[in-house]
Amino acid sequence: MSSTFEQIANIIAETCDIPRDTIKPESHAIDDLGIDSLDFLDIAFAIDKAFGIKMPLEKWTQEVNDGKATTEQYFVLKNLADRIDELVAAKNAGTGTASGS
Amino acid sequence: MQLEYFTLIDRIVDLNIGDKTIVVEADVPQTSTIFEGHFPGYPIMPGVLLTEAMAQSSGWLLLGLMKFERMPFLAMIKEAKMRGFVNPGEVLTIEAKVEHEGSGFAVTSAKVRVGKELKCSADLTFRHIPFPHPDLRVHMDAMAKKIGFPQRALTHD
Repeated sequence: MSSTFEQIANIIAETCDIPRDTIKPESHAIDDLGIDSLDFLDIAFAIDKAFGIKMPLEKWTQEVNDGKATTEQYFVLKNLADRIDELVAAKNAGTGTASGS
Repeated sequence: MQLEYFTLIDRIVDLNIGDKTIVVEADVPQTSTIFEGHFPGYPIMPGVLLTEAMAQSSGWLLLGLMKFERMPFLAMIKEAKMRGFVNPGEVLTIEAKVEHEGSGFAVTSAKVRVGKELKCSADLTFRHIPFPHPDLRVHMDAMAKKIGFPQRALTHD
């Protein structure tokens, strides 16, 4: 089974028509890859489906807007992969924190 | 339907919150200024309005799921297919189903039929936000009453 990062990178490449080899773990989805909010909706849909989760995008956005988090924490792909792994683990543990809005 | 006012749904036939589906009907008017231009001598419903009708149907479904606490706005249209002409005077049956509920967005699929004939279909993505203006909420409440939005649908968990 491919790593979470690999799956995310493949989704981004396919959804946004970005060459796969330009998508790195250190890539920032917005600043480096130029993904806009509408494209990110498409990516979120694909990630939610692929991993069986509900990425709490609104919560993350609010945290960034409130200065409680940086965009790097959620939108640098290796960090995004970590967040997704956490959501999947929470879902599998039945803690009910795999979603949020 | 009042095409010029984008009032495209006439009545809700069925709203199933559990299944996340809706069926609505819409009466295409016999006359409209829209038909004067689309097209002279051969009036048919514009595909953009059929797509909007699918979006509004999906919107009522999402409003029900969100208990009118948030307003969905169309963000993305995929796989929109106009499969046959829709003529003045015909009655549309529009079905929509939620395919995914994300954080701040939702994806639906929708179909328009005249009788048993499938006329168009699309996959639609919506962003939803808290009502941005109280007047909009008042308008949506009035529209809900007009088209028979079942209030019992708002009592779900």
